[in-house]
Amino acid sequence: MKHLLSIADISRGDAIRILDTATELARVSDTPMKKLPTLRGRTIVNLFAEDSTRTRISFEAAAKRLSADVINFSAKGSSVSKGESLKDTAQTLQAMGADAVIIRHGASGAPARLAACEWMSGAVINAGDGTHEHPSQALLDAFTIRKHLSQGREDLQGLRIAIVGDVLHSRVARSNVLLLTKLGAHVTLVAPPTLLPVGVESWPVTVSYDFDQVLESVDAVMMLRVQQERMNELFFPNAREYSRYFGLNTERLNSLHPGAIVMHPGPMNRGLEITADSADSARSVIIEQVTNGVSVRMAILYLLLAGDTSIEAGL
Amino acid sequence: MGTEIRKTLIKSATLADGRNCDVLIEGGVIQAVAPSLTDTDALIFDASSMILMSGLVDLHTHLREPGKEDSETVLTGSRAGVKGGYVALSAMANTSPVADTAGVVEQVYRLGKSAGLLDVFPIGAVTQGIEGKVLAEIGAMADSVARVRVFSDDGNCVSDPLVMRRALEYVKKFGGVIAQHAQEPALTSGSQMNEGIVSATLGLKGWPAVAEEAIIARDVLLAEHVGSRLHICHLTTAGGVEIIRWAKARGIDVTAEVTPHHLLLTDESARSYDPIFKVNPPLRTEADVMALRHGLADGTIDIVATDHAPHPGESKECEWQEAAFGMLGLEHALSIVAATMVETGLMDWAGVQNRMSVAPARIGGYTDHGRDLAIGAPAHLTVINPKAPYRVDRDQLQSKSHNTPFHGMEFAARVVATFFHGEIVYQDGRGE
Repeated sequence: MKHLLSIADISRGDAIRILDTATELARVSDTPMKKLPTLRGRTIVNLFAEDSTRTRISFEAAAKRLSADVINFSAKGSSVSKGESLKDTAQTLQAMGADAVIIRHGASGAPARLAACEWMSGAVINAGDGTHEHPSQALLDAFTIRKHLSQGREDLQGLRIAIVGDVLHSRVARSNVLLLTKLGAHVTLVAPPTLLPVGVESWPVTVSYDFDQVLESVDAVMMLRVQQERMNELFFPNAREYSRYFGLNTERLNSLHPGAIVMHPGPMNRGLEITADSADSARSVIIEQVTNGVSVRMAILYLLLAGDTSIEAGL
Repeated sequence: MGTEIRKTLIKSATLADGRNCDVLIEGGVIQAVAPSLTDTDALIFDASSMILMSGLVDLHTHLREPGKEDSETVLTGSRAGVKGGYVALSAMANTSPVADTAGVVEQVYRLGKSAGLLDVFPIGAVTQGIEGKVLAEIGAMADSVARVRVFSDDGNCVSDPLVMRRALEYVKKFGGVIAQHAQEPALTSGSQMNEGIVSATLGLKGWPAVAEEAIIARDVLLAEHVGSRLHICHLTTAGGVEIIRWAKARGIDVTAEVTPHHLLLTDESARSYDPIFKVNPPLRTEADVMALRHGLADGTIDIVATDHAPHPGESKECEWQEAAFGMLGLEHALSIVAATMVETGLMDWAGVQNRMSVAPARIGGYTDHGRDLAIGAPAHLTVINPKAPYRVDRDQLQSKSHNTPFHGMEFAARVVATFFHGEIVYQDGRGE
């Protein structure tokens, strides 16, 4: 395979190779001359058909550190927002000679459609599609967890991780469930029943409706963003009640065991799913997740585009 | 034609009940059915090792004309129909303009006559603009040249229980039937596929079985209360089959249909994100498919109806959630019913004749169709070769559209000829 469409598609070995490569590349980012010449002359398109700042600039920074030419193609002001079809957009990118397309799209499966169609031949990297997957986010989360908690192991064997919040609409949750369990972690989803998908019983996780009961036993807590538009869709009575049962506040933070870390994919709703003091506490690795994101995305681009066929085959 | 009286002698056909017979057709009517007939003036049609049955009748077809002629017209839909062995189609009302007046149903009726390949029976809308609020001119459509007896807002559910009650009552005046698209709108807003294990993984918004079953349950009770006749379009769930079974046992005048695609495909196909598999109601689980097959076999489900839904290429060459709902059905329905019901041993050819010709003609009130192959009956006939394997090719269709989910699949049984008023309107390999 030559694409990164979903965590469901990649093996444990592929995932570890990406994390190991990211570790190597992170060292480059720590040097004053942050750039590698690896992807010089390659054209990478950031096709963002949905608003996103952090993922787009993270991929852009990653591509630039590998010396690729980056074209940003965002929805606002582009033909995507004028009703141009995915097919026409893909054919346009193909005609421009894009070697890879990093796509963020509101429709689940849009990257898979792009990769399966005959409209373009470049590599497709899913930067978040609808409520399906966000594989690079899961990889950077796994990278962050491994760095803090794995004590030198290559995987996440035996670690206990809680993913808390709107699982139903979260592509971050879907990718993380697949990746963290693939790497040996035990995942507990914590959410009100309304925000868990019908069918969750088939997932390799434990489900809990009680955040307080889960706190003491976990090594990492991953808080999910609650989208504003969910407020009026009857998923929970109001924001205050949501925070009371599923928000991470100081009291809950103090119930975590000493080594546990707090994560959030961002952007945060401070005061809703996480209080400001939790987000800014010593346990929080939220800012570090952003830093690690660049290294992990460099690794993804490197492995997909730098011509190491043995690795490409694995991906 | 003039004064010439056309005669055709179908030789050595196997009838749906297993008898081996010759059938003589003259003047568009069956003149003789007997083990060995001779007629030196007649055109001979060799049907040895073929199944001969009364012509297929579809109670649920989207012909798209007027308004969406880029997808299908009455003529191209008729060609697709006869290729699939159909001699009668029921044109759904969700055209543009909607078939909610006598004018529109008469237009569709006349387009069918002018195509002349089979009978096109327009279905009238239940409500104006299929908006579910105000009754359409049901009486005027019933009294029109098109003599409409089946009314449906298909595409939309008649979700308001009072509107549904009134519609059921109103059509009693002339023995009409309301064909309900059972989909509770509040439970399916923005829905993309069956809600379950696959939708949870794919992150596509779910269309729960209960949204179908809740409406079926409500409407069988309404039909019982007002003593009217109800037909349930495209049943898809095991629970829906149970409710229909219960209603029939209770004596409620309800009938139900299943589509070929719901007999064959499951929601697993959505994993490709290829919207060729996007349809409303959605493809369900393997357990639902099995319940539908058994329901069709035991008669709980009365008929197979295609829900033939042509769409132009751009409506499917896109993201799943942007794509249109619907798939083609006319040209492969018989093959699929043979594969899922006959070749599995669930049903015999007499059952196929009943579910695809006799029963749909009865429900629609199409008195010239679904008749016994007997002297005096109109010669509307379908000839099937049960052992002529072929592979579906989306580029070899009679429909104007190509949105078949069956592309590349192999089927054993195929329609080899269709007779309408004694004329061969389709013959495999020539005269398509």
